[in-house]
Amino acid sequence: MHIVVCIKQVPDAAQVKIDPKTNTLDRSSAPAILNPYDAHAVQEAVNIKRLYGGRVTVLTMGPPQAKDIIRKSLELGADAGILLSDRAFAGSDTWATSYILSQGLSELRAREPIDLILCGKQAIDGDTAQVGPGIARRLNIGQLTYIQKVESVDFVERSIIVHRRVDQGYEVIQAKLPCVVTVEKEINELQYSSLPEMMRAAQYQPLVWGVNDIHAEVNNMGLNGSPTTVRKIFSPPERTGGERLTGSIDDMANQLVNVLLEKIS
Amino acid sequence: MSIRQEVIIVGGGVAGLSAAYTLAKAGVEVMVLERGLNSGTKNVMGGVLYRQMMEEMIPDFWKEAPLERRIIEQRFWLMGKDSVTQSAYKDMSWDSPPYNNFTVFRSKFDQWFAKKCTEAGVLILNETLVTECIIKGNKVVGVRTNRPDGDVYADVVVLADGVNSLLAKNLGFHKEWTSDQVALAVMEEIKLPAKVIEERFNVGPETGATIEIYGESTQNMMGTAFIYTNKEHVSIGCGTLLSQLSKSNIKPYELLEMLKQNPLVKPFIEGGESAEYYAHLIPEGGYHSIPRLTGDGVLVIGDAAQLVNSIHREGSNLAMTSGRLAAEAILQARRLGEFDEKTLSIYPRSLKESFVYQDLAKYKDAVHIMERNPAYFNHHLPAVNSAMKEILTVDGKSKRDKQWLIVKSYFKGRSFLKVLWDLFTLGKAMK
Amino acid sequence: MTVMINRSCIGCGACVQTCPEGALSLGPEGNAVVDPSKCTDCGKCVSVCPVAAMSLPPNAVQLEQPSEQVLEISEPVVVVETEQSGDKVWVFVEQTQTVIAPVTLELIGEATRLAKKLNTQVGVVLLGDQVEFLAQPLFEQGADKVYLIDHGVFNQYRTEAYFQAVCYLVRKYFPEILLMGATTMGRDLAGAVATDLGTGLTADCTQLDIDLDKKILLASRPAFGGNIMATILCERHRPQMASVRPKVMKALDPMVGRNGMLIREFIDIPESSIPKQILRVVHDQLDQINLAEAKIIVSGGRGIKDAAGFQLLQDLADVVGGVVGGSRGAVESGCIEAKRQVGQTGQTVGPTIYFAVGISGAIQHIVGMMHSETIVAINTNPDCEMMKMANYSMVGDAYAVIPKLIDAFRAALASRQTNDSGAVCSIVQEAF
Repeated sequence: MHIVVCIKQVPDAAQVKIDPKTNTLDRSSAPAILNPYDAHAVQEAVNIKRLYGGRVTVLTMGPPQAKDIIRKSLELGADAGILLSDRAFAGSDTWATSYILSQGLSELRAREPIDLILCGKQAIDGDTAQVGPGIARRLNIGQLTYIQKVESVDFVERSIIVHRRVDQGYEVIQAKLPCVVTVEKEINELQYSSLPEMMRAAQYQPLVWGVNDIHAEVNNMGLNGSPTTVRKIFSPPERTGGERLTGSIDDMANQLVNVLLEKIS
Repeated sequence: MSIRQEVIIVGGGVAGLSAAYTLAKAGVEVMVLERGLNSGTKNVMGGVLYRQMMEEMIPDFWKEAPLERRIIEQRFWLMGKDSVTQSAYKDMSWDSPPYNNFTVFRSKFDQWFAKKCTEAGVLILNETLVTECIIKGNKVVGVRTNRPDGDVYADVVVLADGVNSLLAKNLGFHKEWTSDQVALAVMEEIKLPAKVIEERFNVGPETGATIEIYGESTQNMMGTAFIYTNKEHVSIGCGTLLSQLSKSNIKPYELLEMLKQNPLVKPFIEGGESAEYYAHLIPEGGYHSIPRLTGDGVLVIGDAAQLVNSIHREGSNLAMTSGRLAAEAILQARRLGEFDEKTLSIYPRSLKESFVYQDLAKYKDAVHIMERNPAYFNHHLPAVNSAMKEILTVDGKSKRDKQWLIVKSYFKGRSFLKVLWDLFTLGKAMK
Repeated sequence: MTVMINRSCIGCGACVQTCPEGALSLGPEGNAVVDPSKCTDCGKCVSVCPVAAMSLPPNAVQLEQPSEQVLEISEPVVVVETEQSGDKVWVFVEQTQTVIAPVTLELIGEATRLAKKLNTQVGVVLLGDQVEFLAQPLFEQGADKVYLIDHGVFNQYRTEAYFQAVCYLVRKYFPEILLMGATTMGRDLAGAVATDLGTGLTADCTQLDIDLDKKILLASRPAFGGNIMATILCERHRPQMASVRPKVMKALDPMVGRNGMLIREFIDIPESSIPKQILRVVHDQLDQINLAEAKIIVSGGRGIKDAAGFQLLQDLADVVGGVVGGSRGAVESGCIEAKRQVGQTGQTVGPTIYFAVGISGAIQHIVGMMHSETIVAINTNPDCEMMKMANYSMVGDAYAVIPKLIDAFRAALASRQTNDSGAVCSIVQEAF
């Protein structure tokens, strides 16, 4: 059984800063990491592999440095990784990104059929949660988003049962394979990789595919192939506040209670 | 299945990477175990990198390494509350190859160095903590990590795990460092536009200046402060001996804040935004604190070996050199097929012949003398400033009277004999 | 593949002059028509069209290998009338078991504002199983037209059925703008619809506006963990899609008796073509932390360093009848569950009172709670963002302040209760 996990390298959001004067991002100090949701997707794929057997391949689009997150995935137990890297990919929005990834998936599938595709529910730099559904549409297979548990996988009957988070609880869904599953962090605990896995990962050289390797149409990617464009980037407006309470803690507490009490039913 | 490597290096800072690079270049199978997310993530340094020692390993590294500015001017301040006596050396020849030194961001630089090591064939494993050395008989034969199946065996283990090295201590190479053997350094990166930095420090687009500050910067405690120029950041920081800090009741960040608010310092960083704050322990014990450096199958390098010249604020170059010398000793031992203490003692011997030991030996008593005798920081340094003030303030007094006043005030707080003694002991220690 | 021209074309001929391939001409009815064999999808005509009648087509990828199960989209059969649509701004109606999600009403309110600027009307897409009765409340909330497809296959939300229906309607009526809630359902659907239509989608917006010159949507959203805002355009493709966070836009007050046009549509999607089945829905008591609907929220940030601190917040929440939330920092430090996170990557909330305790106010957090009615900040740092934006701010250590607040609230609420229940008691006693 072949499980493919689509992953993304993101700047550690906690450490991205913006220059308030120029509105440019200062990413120099922010280390690039494997998108945390994707890490859980890789872990889930590895967990499924350990239960049912099979192979886990990770696929990412990015600059050559993105090999690091492929290695990180191998530490978690993935078997192989492919980096889609080409100048033509740069500047792609979610629509174009899902195109490129689905072309990569098609190429991968031509070599080895894919039974299940996993993604993180969203990337922490964009937070759009759109690439997973985009891939499902392009491959014309089912999509299961916000999955918090994989209950069972039946590779013979070709179906999967998952728990999908909704506002008041969760849906238990049975879906046909192959399909795209995007996962929540709650789906599993990341396992601490063993030293031999670390060594294998550190020495791993992922395949790198460019535009031609995935038979992709250049017009569908990059800045020009992306339907959306960024007009401007700005700092959120500065807010001005209200009343600063003063006095002893008791005084302040009583003032606050007085003004808020009527709002509490 | 047990994992075997020829050499294991614990710690991916500049000392460990220098050793790893030298070994890998010679064809040795070497593994670096780093506890941080990446090499350099745990490192804090004022940010001056000396060219010579790096160049000995990677010629022309400055053509590709991520460097901030070439330092062409080094200023020294003796700072009082609202006054400062300055001296400076500027050298335009430092602006052309081969240069003298550079400011760097350690996280960026170390990652670049780590990449060079990987290219040379070093296997670097991050986020892996070495918990202990594996010992067989008296010989270190490997290390145990915090990962499952985490034992690795090797001919030699190099301990480059920094000032807090527990491994060397556990091997009995040294006792717990005392609070007068380490300094706490705190530092901030202040973001400013390159143009503003260049105007304020009177440097060009690629060049930079450093300011080393003594005196009031550390509230007259034993320690120094610094201001360095990066491309779009100014690094400002101060370090004091932990022993004095703990006596003083001043919090380290308060110390830094006082420095930043000092009217002499403030104009350099005004309007900037604090981008990053670091704190780190720096070995200050110097010559007298150097632990045992070798054992059967094991070597200690860099901060873990207390190799820091605190008088000249040099550490990373000593770390690099010790790493390279350790590697060369291992190569020699490898040729002999022996990794016992006797064979590996090539390393401490060559370290003794190098500038590292000689510099540390030269200043071996300086720090301790200054620490024991607070007069240097709270009497002599302020005296220099009041002397300058007296001489340069035009107030109708004759210069001869002024000289007499200076001398009188100098000896008011401290007897003539004591001053003589202070100068004699310090002069002896620094000679 | 060829450019699409919708019915708003006024036949000015600007595109005909612009087309480098000579693919466009004015047809017999005076409208622009395109010769598909010449059109290269260059998009030049799209940028000159004064009425935004032109858009680039969906360029769905043709796979070399068809996947195991191909979804068959049956030829649509039009049941009711199709007519010139003067409604350019559309909203997807999110309904679960025939209950309309609040975000839908908020979006209709916003769509009304946008439609006014574009001098057009608001249409809504209503999919479901026996949901026609929802049309009237939608009209009353501001919808001018309701496009209804009522079909058993829409009984429960499933991407594969819903996206086909939305795409079908879009392809037929050419809305300029299509808005959805950035909810679990909306975000699931939006990506599928945008991909299928080959159009641009700006996810998780917090501000929408119209560029009056170009007549295009300006969709702004926080990016990079909320550190910055980005305004995103979709100039050459239609519809311009955006998903919008709940609790950000304002719903209109319902206009009782307001009427609109109901357009019943039909699309046949066989149940067998849907590759999934919802076996059951579990209402998990433990998961029932409905921050989005809470009236009072007590949130902690990095300033609350341990479980004991969050217990204090829980105690305060219990006293005032609120729910405990947290910032990303609090979630990352493990003090609180991820599902309680308020902010860009967590939930957007709009309570009556929001207590921000030990939260400095990173933008990522602020975008999730800025629409709270009253914000109370408690922090040791008087200069942090949250303290600046709060209606009431207190400088102080949470561990010292919160217990006092609990006491003060408890005392005040108890005295209020005694007064009320005192009255009740006396009546009861009289009755006995």
